[in-house]
Amino acid sequence: MERIPILKMGQFLLVTIQVDLYDQLAENLESDLINTISKHSSKGVLIDISAVSIIDSFMGRILGNIAVMSKIMDAQTVVVGMQPAVAITLVELGLSLNGVISALNVERGMELLRSKMHNSDNEEPEYDYDNE
Amino acid sequence: MTTITNNKEEALIVREQDVVPLRNRVKEYGVKVGMSILNQTKLITATSELVRNLLKYGGGGKVIIESVSNGRDNGVRVTFIDNGPGIADITLAMKDGYSTGKSLGLGLPGTKRLVNEFDIKSELGNGTTVTITKWKNG
Amino acid sequence: MQNNLLEGLKEHENKLLTIWSQILQESGAGDGAMEEEESKEFASLFLSALSKSENAQEFEKVHDLIVGIASSRGKRGFSPRENAEYLISFKQAASQILSELIKDPAQLYEANLKLNEILDNMTIMTFEAFMKGREDIISRQIDEISEISTPVIAVWDGIVALPIIGTLDSSRTQIVMENLLQQIVDTGSSIAILDISGVPAVDSLVAQHLIKTVSATRLMGAECIISGIRPEIAQTVVHLGIDLTGIITKASLASALQTAFDMLQLNVVKRKVIVG
Repeated sequence: MERIPILKMGQFLLVTIQVDLYDQLAENLESDLINTISKHSSKGVLIDISAVSIIDSFMGRILGNIAVMSKIMDAQTVVVGMQPAVAITLVELGLSLNGVISALNVERGMELLRSKMHNSDNEEPEYDYDNE
Repeated sequence: MTTITNNKEEALIVREQDVVPLRNRVKEYGVKVGMSILNQTKLITATSELVRNLLKYGGGGKVIIESVSNGRDNGVRVTFIDNGPGIADITLAMKDGYSTGKSLGLGLPGTKRLVNEFDIKSELGNGTTVTITKWKNG
Repeated sequence: MQNNLLEGLKEHENKLLTIWSQILQESGAGDGAMEEEESKEFASLFLSALSKSENAQEFEKVHDLIVGIASSRGKRGFSPRENAEYLISFKQAASQILSELIKDPAQLYEANLKLNEILDNMTIMTFEAFMKGREDIISRQIDEISEISTPVIAVWDGIVALPIIGTLDSSRTQIVMENLLQQIVDTGSSIAILDISGVPAVDSLVAQHLIKTVSATRLMGAECIISGIRPEIAQTVVHLGIDLTGIITKASLASALQTAFDMLQLNVVKRKVIVG
């Protein structure tokens, strides 16, 4: 069975999706990722989708699921590198992936995760990045 | 307006793994008529949505890919034919937010917004046929 | 076979050409040498197609040729009228020869009817070809206009701005979105300012388009500020019951820029001038 590799980088997990997803593969990623978060008590997940040329409603739902599931396990998910055409198509489709936090690229995503970690370390009230 | 078919092929879809090659074929057709990346993405996303329905509700079926021309513009037409249970109320199925499955319920109306022409025919017990057309400049 | 009636024309190809070019010169729709070649080719292809007209493929060649001639004449500056006269005068010439060849009025009528049918069809085609040439030019200009009217400006490191001038319809929105998102990727900007002071009116459809653009920008991981909200726009938005609460809106581009600076934690301060 084909699987998408999950890399551990300190407190964070990095997933780079290099292939076009089909439903089963996306579902596997969801469960693998949640299990890995639990195993390493990860604090953040970066999902790099810059090589993904299509996201339909099913994959959109999986991304949303991952964001919500990881959040209740105390890990923040950031989706990075969405292609402009994919973003426009998702919006036309009627899917705005509420609850999913995005960043332009891996670097920015990392910065975003670090700043969130920093905020919670200092017990400061968390700045609300959600744009719903 | 008359539409001419320039090139045509058929694919049988029976399992989920057939979806990725189908999407790639549709994309190749889009590239061949000179579609922009955005329109290609919209077309293959619509294909992806409909082929899921075909597998989930129709138990698989046949997909026809055509490159078409209406004299003014070139485009790609994809037809999805299944012999599943059919849709009881098409008007209801085309409403935003309606779904019988576990998806988000924006399958059909969302898909319709991605393409230029969308036609659905269904009869209870006799399967469903959905035809979509995306024009190069549409 | 009705076509047999027309076959007599074949033996008079040269005469046909002479009469044709005469009529063309008189009507002022001709232009000499260049045309002679075309006309010769057309007449011989047309006449040979007549004798084999059981299969329509022969006529397709003639159709292709006449469409080519029509668009080339269009480019050479002939008016649509002159373009149509080209074939109509051919019909006149052919019908003149027919009336000399066929003596029986009933047969002559038949032959002319057939000739009309074939050539009228071709005349329509030349019109279509002519129009299509024009339409191509128009659609190219539309593309150019949309291209020109959606400039994306990098106003600061990490901030891009896009002033929208004119009405925002769905195809324009798509171009705006494409340009804006591509610029965001290219410049690595995290803030986009959409200035709508040049948009004459905002109705629920335009608002819908603006909301879509903001949503797509956010999916990419950037923030979108809408500026240039004039008082009358604010009024219509509220009267129409459009919900813009999820969107950051500013009255002017300047205040949008200030907000962007704040978001990027930048400060613009006046330099202290040391007098002395």
